[in-house]
Amino acid sequence: MIDASQCAFDAREPWHLSPLVSLRDEEFGAMAYHHGNRRLVFLKSRKLVDVVRELHEHESADAAIDALVGDDDHAQYIAALASLAKSEVLCVG
Amino acid sequence: MSANSSLRNRFERGLSAPICLTWELTYACNLACTHCLSSSGRRDPRELSTSEAKALVDEIAAMQIFYINIGGGEPMIRSDFFELIEHAVSRHVGVKFSTNGTRIDAVAARRLSSMDYLDIQISIDGADAATSDKIRGVGSYASARRAMDHLRDANFGQFKISVVMTRESIEQLDEFEALATSYGAELRLMRLRPSGRGVDVWDELHPTQQQNRDLYHWLLERPNVLTGDSFFHLSALGAPLEGLNLCGAGRVVCLIDPVGDVYACPFVIHDEFLAGNVRDAGFQNVWSNSSLFKSLREPGSPGACVSCGSYDACRGGCMAAKFFTGLSLDDPDPECVFGHGEEALATKRLQIIPKPSPDHSRRTSVSIGAR
Amino acid sequence: MDPEVTEEVVEEQSAPESTELLVEEVSIDGLCGVY
Repeated sequence: MIDASQCAFDAREPWHLSPLVSLRDEEFGAMAYHHGNRRLVFLKSRKLVDVVRELHEHESADAAIDALVGDDDHAQYIAALASLAKSEVLCVG
Repeated sequence: MSANSSLRNRFERGLSAPICLTWELTYACNLACTHCLSSSGRRDPRELSTSEAKALVDEIAAMQIFYINIGGGEPMIRSDFFELIEHAVSRHVGVKFSTNGTRIDAVAARRLSSMDYLDIQISIDGADAATSDKIRGVGSYASARRAMDHLRDANFGQFKISVVMTRESIEQLDEFEALATSYGAELRLMRLRPSGRGVDVWDELHPTQQQNRDLYHWLLERPNVLTGDSFFHLSALGAPLEGLNLCGAGRVVCLIDPVGDVYACPFVIHDEFLAGNVRDAGFQNVWSNSSLFKSLREPGSPGACVSCGSYDACRGGCMAAKFFTGLSLDDPDPECVFGHGEEALATKRLQIIPKPSPDHSRRTSVSIGAR
Repeated sequence: MDPEVTEEVVEEQSAPESTELLVEEVSIDGLCGVY
Protein backbone atom coordinates (compact mmCIF):
# COMPACT_ATOMS: atom_id res chain seq x y z
CA MET A 1 0.00 0.00 0.00
CA ILE A 2 1.62 3.23 -1.08
CA ASP A 3 1.91 5.80 1.68
CA ALA A 4 1.02 8.91 -0.24
CA SER A 5 2.61 11.19 2.29
CA GLN A 6 6.04 9.64 1.80
CA CYS A 7 6.31 9.00 -1.93
CA ALA A 8 7.00 11.53 -4.63
CA PHE A 9 3.86 12.30 -6.58
CA ASP A 10 3.51 10.19 -9.72
CA ALA A 11 1.28 12.08 -12.14
CA ARG A 12 1.07 9.10 -14.49
CA GLU A 13 -1.00 7.25 -11.90
CA PRO A 14 -4.75 7.68 -11.52
CA TRP A 15 -5.68 9.71 -8.44
CA HIS A 16 -8.93 10.55 -6.66
CA LEU A 17 -10.25 12.68 -3.82
CA SER A 18 -10.07 10.80 -0.54
CA PRO A 19 -13.51 9.74 0.75
CA LEU A 20 -12.44 11.09 4.16
CA VAL A 21 -12.25 14.63 2.80
CA SER A 22 -15.00 17.24 2.85
CA LEU A 23 -14.46 19.68 -0.01
CA ARG A 24 -16.36 22.92 0.27
CA ASP A 25 -16.54 25.46 -2.53
CA GLU A 26 -15.63 29.05 -1.77
CA GLU A 27 -15.52 32.10 -3.99
CA PHE A 28 -11.73 31.86 -4.22
CA GLY A 29 -11.49 28.11 -4.68
CA ALA A 30 -12.27 25.67 -1.91
CA MET A 31 -11.52 24.49 1.62
CA ALA A 32 -10.75 20.82 2.15
CA TYR A 33 -10.87 19.14 5.55
CA HIS A 34 -9.51 15.63 6.04
CA HIS A 35 -11.50 13.91 8.78
CA GLY A 36 -8.82 11.29 9.30
CA ASN A 37 -5.69 13.36 9.81
CA ARG A 38 -7.64 16.56 10.74
CA ARG A 39 -5.75 18.68 8.24
CA LEU A 40 -7.34 21.76 6.74
CA VAL A 41 -6.22 22.81 3.28
CA PHE A 42 -7.04 25.84 1.22
CA LEU A 43 -7.28 25.42 -2.58
CA LYS A 44 -6.62 28.82 -4.13
CA SER A 45 -8.04 28.45 -7.59
CA ARG A 46 -11.44 27.44 -8.96
CA LYS A 47 -9.76 25.59 -11.78
CA LEU A 48 -7.76 23.53 -9.30
CA VAL A 49 -11.02 22.60 -7.60
CA ASP A 50 -12.44 21.48 -10.95
CA VAL A 51 -9.37 19.32 -11.55
CA VAL A 52 -9.68 17.76 -8.11
CA ARG A 53 -13.40 17.06 -8.54
CA GLU A 54 -12.88 15.44 -11.96
CA LEU A 55 -9.64 13.66 -11.19
CA HIS A 56 -11.25 10.24 -10.77
CA GLU A 57 -12.63 10.41 -14.31
CA HIS A 58 -9.20 10.47 -15.89
CA GLU A 59 -6.64 7.72 -16.34
CA SER A 60 -3.91 9.82 -14.77
CA ALA A 61 -3.34 13.10 -13.00
CA ASP A 62 -1.47 14.29 -16.11
CA ALA A 63 -4.53 13.55 -18.24
CA ALA A 64 -6.84 15.37 -15.84
CA ILE A 65 -4.67 18.48 -15.91
CA ASP A 66 -4.29 18.33 -19.70
CA ALA A 67 -8.06 18.24 -20.06
CA LEU A 68 -8.67 21.36 -17.98
CA VAL A 69 -5.53 23.43 -17.85
CA GLY A 70 -3.27 25.08 -20.43
CA ASP A 71 0.25 23.70 -21.04
CA ASP A 72 1.92 26.73 -19.48
CA ASP A 73 0.35 25.98 -16.12
CA HIS A 74 0.79 22.20 -16.18
CA ALA A 75 3.74 22.21 -13.76
CA GLN A 76 1.97 24.51 -11.36
CA TYR A 77 -1.01 22.14 -11.18
CA ILE A 78 1.25 19.10 -10.76
CA ALA A 79 2.85 20.88 -7.80
CA ALA A 80 -0.58 21.61 -6.34
CA LEU A 81 -1.78 18.02 -6.72
CA ALA A 82 1.48 16.75 -5.24
CA SER A 83 0.92 18.95 -2.22
CA LEU A 84 -2.63 17.62 -1.84
CA ALA A 85 -1.35 14.05 -2.11
CA LYS A 86 1.18 14.75 0.61
CA SER A 87 -1.66 15.88 2.91
CA GLU A 88 -3.52 12.69 1.95
CA VAL A 89 -6.35 14.74 0.45
CA LEU A 90 -5.77 12.76 -2.75
CA CYS A 91 -5.35 9.01 -2.93
CA VAL A 92 -3.75 6.99 -5.68
CA GLY A 93 -5.78 4.49 -7.67
CA MET B 1 4.66 34.99 4.23
CA SER B 2 2.62 36.76 1.60
CA ALA B 3 0.33 33.82 0.90
CA ASN B 4 -0.33 33.37 4.59
CA SER B 5 -1.39 37.00 4.83
CA SER B 6 -3.66 36.66 1.80
CA LEU B 7 -5.27 33.70 3.51
CA ARG B 8 -5.64 35.82 6.62
CA ASN B 9 -7.28 38.58 4.57
CA ARG B 10 -9.72 36.09 3.06
CA PHE B 11 -10.67 34.81 6.47
CA GLU B 12 -11.05 38.29 7.90
CA ARG B 13 -13.72 38.98 5.28
CA GLY B 14 -15.61 35.90 6.38
CA LEU B 15 -16.48 32.67 4.59
CA SER B 16 -19.77 31.31 3.26
CA ALA B 17 -19.97 29.05 6.28
CA PRO B 18 -17.83 28.72 9.41
CA ILE B 19 -14.88 26.34 9.20
CA CYS B 20 -16.01 25.02 12.56
CA LEU B 21 -18.14 26.33 15.36
CA THR B 22 -18.47 25.93 19.08
CA TRP B 23 -21.75 24.57 20.32
CA GLU B 24 -22.49 24.69 24.01
CA LEU B 25 -24.98 21.91 24.52
CA THR B 26 -26.11 22.86 28.00
CA TYR B 27 -25.60 25.45 30.70
CA ALA B 28 -25.88 22.69 33.28
CA CYS B 29 -22.64 21.73 34.96
CA ASN B 30 -21.64 19.59 37.88
CA LEU B 31 -18.63 21.78 38.60
CA ALA B 32 -18.41 25.51 39.29
CA CYS B 33 -15.06 26.61 37.92
CA THR B 34 -14.23 30.12 39.07
CA HIS B 35 -13.34 31.37 35.57
CA CYS B 36 -16.14 29.69 33.58
CA LEU B 37 -16.45 31.53 30.28
CA SER B 38 -20.12 30.61 29.94
CA SER B 39 -21.10 31.25 33.58
CA SER B 40 -22.53 27.75 33.63
CA GLY B 41 -24.09 25.77 36.44
CA ARG B 42 -27.89 25.79 36.07
CA ARG B 43 -29.65 24.24 33.09
CA ASP B 44 -31.69 26.73 31.11
CA PRO B 45 -35.27 25.43 30.71
CA ARG B 46 -35.34 26.76 27.12
CA GLU B 47 -32.51 24.45 25.99
CA LEU B 48 -32.80 23.07 22.48
CA SER B 49 -34.68 19.79 22.49
CA THR B 50 -33.16 16.61 21.09
CA SER B 51 -35.04 17.02 17.83
CA GLU B 52 -34.10 20.69 17.53
CA ALA B 53 -30.49 19.77 18.20
CA LYS B 54 -30.53 17.03 15.55
CA ALA B 55 -32.07 19.43 13.04
CA LEU B 56 -29.27 21.85 13.79
CA VAL B 57 -26.74 19.08 13.16
CA ASP B 58 -28.44 18.40 9.82
CA GLU B 59 -28.14 22.06 8.90
CA ILE B 60 -24.47 22.09 9.94
CA ALA B 61 -23.89 19.07 7.73
CA ALA B 62 -25.70 20.66 4.79
CA MET B 63 -23.55 23.79 5.14
CA GLN B 64 -20.49 21.56 5.13
CA ILE B 65 -19.20 22.99 8.39
CA PHE B 66 -16.31 20.64 8.93
CA TYR B 67 -16.54 20.01 12.64
CA ILE B 68 -18.23 21.18 15.79
CA ASN B 69 -16.54 21.89 19.11
CA ILE B 70 -18.99 20.77 21.74
CA GLY B 71 -18.86 22.23 25.21
CA GLY B 72 -21.11 23.72 27.83
CA GLY B 73 -21.47 23.61 30.89
CA GLU B 74 -20.64 19.93 30.96
CA PRO B 75 -21.96 18.45 27.69
CA MET B 76 -21.97 14.85 28.91
CA ILE B 77 -24.64 15.77 31.44
CA ARG B 78 -27.21 15.95 28.66
CA SER B 79 -29.04 12.63 28.58
CA ASP B 80 -28.98 12.72 24.75
CA PHE B 81 -25.25 13.46 24.57
CA PHE B 82 -24.27 10.22 22.81
CA GLU B 83 -27.32 10.36 20.56
CA LEU B 84 -26.34 13.84 19.38
CA ILE B 85 -22.67 13.15 18.78
CA GLU B 86 -23.44 9.89 17.01
CA HIS B 87 -25.89 11.78 14.80
CA ALA B 88 -23.18 14.30 13.95
CA VAL B 89 -20.51 11.76 13.08
CA SER B 90 -22.99 9.75 11.03
CA ARG B 91 -23.45 12.90 8.94
CA HIS B 92 -19.65 13.19 8.63
CA VAL B 93 -19.53 16.28 10.82
CA GLY B 94 -16.43 15.95 12.98
CA VAL B 95 -16.97 16.26 16.72
CA LYS B 96 -14.43 17.61 19.16
CA PHE B 97 -15.81 17.88 22.65
CA SER B 98 -14.51 19.51 25.78
CA THR B 99 -15.27 17.90 29.13
CA ASN B 100 -14.28 17.95 32.79
CA GLY B 101 -14.07 14.16 32.59
CA THR B 102 -16.40 13.40 35.51
CA ARG B 103 -18.69 11.39 33.24
CA ILE B 104 -15.99 9.38 31.47
CA ASP B 105 -15.95 6.02 33.19
CA ALA B 106 -14.70 2.77 31.65
CA VAL B 107 -17.97 2.17 29.79
CA ALA B 108 -18.14 5.68 28.34
CA ALA B 109 -14.47 5.50 27.40
CA ARG B 110 -15.07 2.31 25.42
CA ARG B 111 -18.08 3.79 23.70
CA LEU B 112 -16.12 6.91 22.76
CA SER B 113 -13.21 4.82 21.54
CA SER B 114 -15.47 2.98 19.11
CA MET B 115 -16.41 6.22 17.35
CA ASP B 116 -14.77 7.82 14.38
CA TYR B 117 -14.51 11.52 13.55
CA LEU B 118 -14.30 12.23 17.29
CA ASP B 119 -11.75 14.16 19.36
CA ILE B 120 -11.81 14.73 23.09
CA GLN B 121 -10.37 17.50 25.22
CA ILE B 122 -10.12 17.10 29.00
CA SER B 123 -9.90 20.34 30.97
CA ILE B 124 -7.66 20.93 33.98
CA ASP B 125 -6.29 24.14 35.47
CA GLY B 126 -3.13 22.91 37.12
CA ALA B 127 -0.62 20.09 36.91
CA ASP B 128 -1.64 18.86 40.35
CA ALA B 129 -4.76 18.84 42.51
CA ALA B 130 -3.49 21.64 44.72
CA THR B 131 -3.34 24.06 41.81
CA SER B 132 -6.20 22.82 39.66
CA ASP B 133 -8.80 22.26 42.38
CA LYS B 134 -8.51 25.88 43.52
CA ILE B 135 -10.27 26.82 40.31
CA ARG B 136 -12.29 23.72 39.52
CA GLY B 137 -13.24 22.36 42.95
CA VAL B 138 -12.08 19.65 45.31
CA GLY B 139 -11.76 16.29 43.60
CA SER B 140 -11.97 17.71 40.07
CA TYR B 141 -8.33 17.07 39.19
CA ALA B 142 -8.57 13.45 40.33
CA SER B 143 -11.71 13.01 38.19
CA ALA B 144 -9.96 14.42 35.15
CA ARG B 145 -7.00 12.09 35.63
CA ARG B 146 -9.35 9.11 36.01
CA ALA B 147 -10.99 10.08 32.73
CA MET B 148 -7.60 10.19 31.03
CA ASP B 149 -6.75 6.78 32.47
CA HIS B 150 -10.03 5.33 31.19
CA LEU B 151 -9.41 6.74 27.71
CA ARG B 152 -5.93 5.29 27.70
CA ASP B 153 -7.15 1.90 28.91
CA ALA B 154 -9.86 1.86 26.26
CA ASN B 155 -7.27 2.65 23.56
CA PHE B 156 -9.06 5.82 22.57
CA GLY B 157 -5.91 7.12 20.93
CA GLN B 158 -4.70 10.66 21.14
CA PHE B 159 -6.83 13.01 23.24
CA LYS B 160 -6.08 16.59 24.25
CA ILE B 161 -5.36 18.03 27.66
CA SER B 162 -6.60 21.60 27.80
CA VAL B 163 -5.37 24.15 30.31
CA VAL B 164 -6.27 27.80 30.76
CA MET B 165 -3.20 29.91 31.45
CA THR B 166 -3.55 31.63 34.79
CA ARG B 167 -0.95 33.29 36.98
CA GLU B 168 -0.54 29.94 38.73
CA SER B 169 -0.87 27.37 35.96
CA ILE B 170 1.55 29.29 33.76
CA GLU B 171 4.33 28.32 36.18
CA GLN B 172 3.75 24.63 35.44
CA LEU B 173 4.33 24.49 31.68
CA ASP B 174 6.97 21.79 31.83
CA GLU B 175 4.77 19.68 34.09
CA PHE B 176 1.88 19.95 31.64
CA GLU B 177 4.18 18.91 28.83
CA ALA B 178 5.30 15.89 30.85
CA LEU B 179 1.72 14.98 31.72
CA ALA B 180 0.68 15.09 28.08
CA THR B 181 3.70 13.04 27.06
CA SER B 182 2.89 10.41 29.68
CA TYR B 183 -0.52 9.82 28.06
CA GLY B 184 0.61 10.34 24.49
CA ALA B 185 -1.84 13.23 24.56
CA GLU B 186 -1.67 16.64 22.89
CA LEU B 187 -1.31 19.67 25.10
CA ARG B 188 -3.55 22.66 24.49
CA LEU B 189 -2.98 25.94 26.32
CA MET B 190 -5.70 28.57 26.21
CA ARG B 191 -5.77 32.23 27.02
CA LEU B 192 -7.75 33.28 30.10
CA ARG B 193 -10.29 35.91 29.14
CA PRO B 194 -12.38 38.05 31.48
CA SER B 195 -15.48 36.32 30.07
CA GLY B 196 -18.35 34.84 32.04
CA ARG B 197 -17.25 34.31 35.63
CA GLY B 198 -13.74 35.06 34.41
CA VAL B 199 -14.50 38.72 34.92
CA ASP B 200 -14.52 38.16 38.70
CA VAL B 201 -11.10 36.53 38.83
CA TRP B 202 -9.40 38.31 35.95
CA ASP B 203 -7.45 40.82 38.00
CA GLU B 204 -5.95 38.20 40.27
CA LEU B 205 -5.52 35.39 37.74
CA HIS B 206 -4.42 36.86 34.42
CA PRO B 207 -0.71 36.30 33.78
CA THR B 208 1.78 39.07 34.38
CA GLN B 209 3.57 40.67 31.45
CA GLN B 210 6.72 38.74 32.31
CA GLN B 211 4.82 35.48 32.47
CA ASN B 212 3.27 36.21 29.06
CA ARG B 213 6.71 36.85 27.61
CA ASP B 214 8.04 33.62 29.06
CA LEU B 215 5.02 31.73 27.70
CA TYR B 216 5.55 33.21 24.25
CA HIS B 217 9.15 31.99 24.14
CA TRP B 218 8.18 28.58 25.52
CA LEU B 219 5.53 28.23 22.80
CA LEU B 220 7.87 29.34 20.03
CA GLU B 221 10.09 26.39 20.84
CA ARG B 222 7.16 23.98 20.82
CA PRO B 223 5.11 24.32 17.64
CA ASN B 224 3.40 21.03 18.51
CA VAL B 225 1.68 22.56 21.56
CA LEU B 226 -1.79 23.72 20.54
CA THR B 227 -3.13 27.12 21.50
CA GLY B 228 -6.33 27.56 19.51
CA ASP B 229 -4.61 30.67 18.19
CA SER B 230 -5.60 32.28 21.48
CA PHE B 231 -2.26 33.99 22.08
CA PHE B 232 -2.05 35.95 18.87
CA HIS B 233 -1.79 39.12 20.94
CA LEU B 234 1.65 37.88 22.00
CA SER B 235 2.82 37.68 18.39
CA ALA B 236 3.70 41.36 18.66
CA LEU B 237 6.75 40.15 20.58
CA GLY B 238 8.46 38.82 17.47
CA ALA B 239 8.04 35.85 15.16
CA PRO B 240 4.36 34.92 14.90
CA LEU B 241 3.06 31.93 16.84
CA GLU B 242 1.42 28.98 15.11
CA GLY B 243 -2.00 29.67 13.71
CA LEU B 244 -3.57 32.40 11.67
CA ASN B 245 -2.95 35.06 14.30
CA LEU B 246 -6.30 36.65 13.87
CA CYS B 247 -9.68 36.86 15.56
CA GLY B 248 -12.02 34.38 13.93
CA ALA B 249 -15.19 35.55 15.66
CA GLY B 250 -18.09 35.96 13.26
CA ARG B 251 -15.76 35.36 10.33
CA VAL B 252 -14.69 31.72 10.35
CA VAL B 253 -16.11 30.55 13.69
CA CYS B 254 -18.94 31.41 16.06
CA LEU B 255 -20.82 30.04 19.07
CA ILE B 256 -24.26 28.45 19.28
CA ASP B 257 -25.42 28.42 22.89
CA PRO B 258 -27.76 25.93 24.60
CA VAL B 259 -30.89 27.94 23.77
CA GLY B 260 -29.93 28.47 20.14
CA ASP B 261 -28.51 31.96 20.48
CA VAL B 262 -25.66 32.64 18.09
CA TYR B 263 -22.75 34.71 19.39
CA ALA B 264 -19.58 35.84 17.63
CA CYS B 265 -17.50 33.47 19.78
CA PRO B 266 -17.70 31.63 23.13
CA PHE B 267 -15.88 34.43 24.93
CA VAL B 268 -18.46 37.11 24.18
CA ILE B 269 -21.70 35.71 25.54
CA HIS B 270 -23.38 39.09 25.85
CA ASP B 271 -26.15 40.93 24.00
CA GLU B 272 -23.57 43.18 22.36
CA PHE B 273 -22.27 40.18 20.40
CA LEU B 274 -25.52 38.31 19.86
CA ALA B 275 -26.11 37.73 16.16
CA GLY B 276 -29.48 35.97 16.24
CA ASN B 277 -31.16 32.71 17.20
CA VAL B 278 -31.34 29.47 15.23
CA ARG B 279 -35.01 29.05 16.19
CA ASP B 280 -36.00 32.08 14.10
CA ALA B 281 -34.96 30.91 10.65
CA GLY B 282 -32.12 28.46 11.11
CA PHE B 283 -28.41 28.91 11.53
CA GLN B 284 -27.44 29.62 7.91
CA ASN B 285 -29.67 32.66 7.95
CA VAL B 286 -27.92 34.06 11.01
CA TRP B 287 -24.45 33.33 9.65
CA SER B 288 -25.12 34.98 6.31
CA ASN B 289 -27.43 37.85 7.19
CA SER B 290 -26.72 39.02 10.72
CA SER B 291 -25.79 42.68 10.82
CA LEU B 292 -23.34 42.00 13.66
CA PHE B 293 -21.44 39.46 11.57
CA LYS B 294 -21.49 41.70 8.53
CA SER B 295 -19.87 44.46 10.53
CA LEU B 296 -17.23 42.08 11.96
CA ARG B 297 -16.35 41.12 8.38
CA GLU B 298 -15.66 44.72 7.39
CA PRO B 299 -11.98 45.63 7.44
CA GLY B 300 -11.11 46.78 10.94
CA SER B 301 -9.39 49.99 11.81
CA PRO B 302 -6.42 50.11 14.17
CA GLY B 303 -8.06 52.72 16.39
CA ALA B 304 -5.72 53.57 19.23
CA CYS B 305 -3.16 51.12 17.85
CA VAL B 306 -2.69 53.09 14.64
CA SER B 307 0.75 54.40 15.59
CA CYS B 308 2.09 51.07 16.83
CA GLY B 309 4.31 49.22 14.38
CA SER B 310 3.10 45.85 15.61
CA TYR B 311 -0.58 46.20 14.74
CA ASP B 312 -0.22 43.87 11.81
CA ALA B 313 1.11 41.14 14.09
CA CYS B 314 -1.51 41.35 16.83
CA ARG B 315 -4.42 43.14 15.10
CA GLY B 316 -5.16 44.95 18.34
CA GLY B 317 -5.81 41.70 20.23
CA CYS B 318 -8.97 40.12 21.56
CA MET B 319 -12.44 41.72 21.48
CA ALA B 320 -13.58 39.78 24.53
CA ALA B 321 -10.58 40.82 26.61
CA LYS B 322 -11.26 44.45 25.75
CA PHE B 323 -15.02 44.37 26.15
CA PHE B 324 -15.10 42.71 29.55
CA THR B 325 -12.43 44.96 31.03
CA GLY B 326 -14.43 48.04 30.10
CA LEU B 327 -12.20 49.04 27.18
CA SER B 328 -13.63 49.95 23.82
CA LEU B 329 -12.98 47.75 20.82
CA ASP B 330 -10.52 50.15 19.27
CA ASP B 331 -8.46 50.39 22.45
CA PRO B 332 -5.38 48.17 22.82
CA ASP B 333 -5.76 44.69 24.27
CA PRO B 334 -5.61 44.85 28.11
CA GLU B 335 -2.62 42.50 27.91
CA CYS B 336 -0.88 44.39 25.11
CA VAL B 337 2.74 43.28 25.32
CA PHE B 338 3.94 46.87 25.20
CA GLY B 339 1.75 47.93 28.12
CA HIS B 340 -0.55 50.12 26.02
CA GLY B 341 -3.56 48.24 27.37
CA GLU B 342 -2.63 48.94 30.96
CA GLU B 343 -2.26 52.62 30.08
CA ALA B 344 -5.71 52.63 28.49
CA LEU B 345 -7.23 50.92 31.56
CA ALA B 346 -5.62 53.44 33.88
CA THR B 347 -7.18 56.37 32.04
CA LYS B 348 -10.68 54.96 32.30
CA ARG B 349 -11.60 56.07 35.77
CA LEU B 350 -15.30 55.29 35.58
CA GLN B 351 -15.02 51.86 34.09
CA ILE B 352 -18.34 50.28 33.45
CA ILE B 353 -17.54 46.60 33.27
CA PRO B 354 -20.23 44.70 31.35
CA LYS B 355 -21.80 41.90 33.35
CA PRO B 356 -21.92 38.42 31.90
CA SER B 357 -25.35 37.98 30.37
CA PRO B 358 -26.89 35.49 30.55
CA ASP B 359 -25.53 34.15 33.81
CA HIS B 360 -26.37 30.54 34.61
CA SER B 361 -24.10 30.27 37.64
CA ARG B 362 -25.32 28.20 40.53
CA ARG B 363 -26.39 30.11 43.56
CA THR B 364 -25.22 27.46 46.02
CA SER B 365 -21.91 25.65 46.31
CA VAL B 366 -21.22 22.44 44.44
CA SER B 367 -20.00 19.17 45.88
CA ILE B 368 -17.87 17.21 43.42
CA GLY B 369 -18.83 13.91 45.07
CA ALA B 370 -22.27 13.96 43.42
CA ARG B 371 -22.49 12.30 39.97
CA MET C 1 10.03 28.96 9.21
CA ASP C 2 6.43 27.95 9.80
CA PRO C 3 6.23 24.25 8.99
CA GLU C 4 2.54 24.46 8.24
CA VAL C 5 2.87 26.97 5.45
CA THR C 6 3.70 25.07 2.31
CA GLU C 7 4.07 28.10 0.08
CA GLU C 8 7.36 28.54 -1.69
CA VAL C 9 8.05 31.08 -4.36
CA VAL C 10 10.19 29.27 -6.89
CA GLU C 11 12.14 31.46 -9.29
CA GLU C 12 12.86 29.65 -12.54
CA GLN C 13 14.36 31.19 -15.66
CA SER C 14 11.80 29.64 -17.97
CA ALA C 15 8.97 29.97 -15.45
CA PRO C 16 5.39 30.49 -16.55
CA GLU C 17 3.70 33.69 -15.43
CA SER C 18 2.50 32.21 -12.22
CA THR C 19 4.72 30.23 -9.86
CA GLU C 20 2.43 30.62 -6.89
CA LEU C 21 1.58 27.43 -5.03
CA LEU C 22 -2.14 26.94 -5.36
CA VAL C 23 -2.48 24.98 -2.13
CA GLU C 24 -1.93 26.14 1.43
CA GLU C 25 -2.41 24.28 4.66
CA VAL C 26 -3.93 25.94 7.71
CA SER C 27 -3.04 24.82 11.20
CA ILE C 28 -6.22 23.12 12.37
CA ASP C 29 -6.00 24.51 15.85
CA GLY C 30 -5.09 27.88 14.42
CA LEU C 31 -8.55 29.49 14.50
CA CYS C 32 -9.18 31.82 17.39
CA GLY C 33 -12.66 31.88 18.87
CA VAL C 34 -12.89 28.15 19.44
CA TYR C 35 -13.36 26.35 22.71
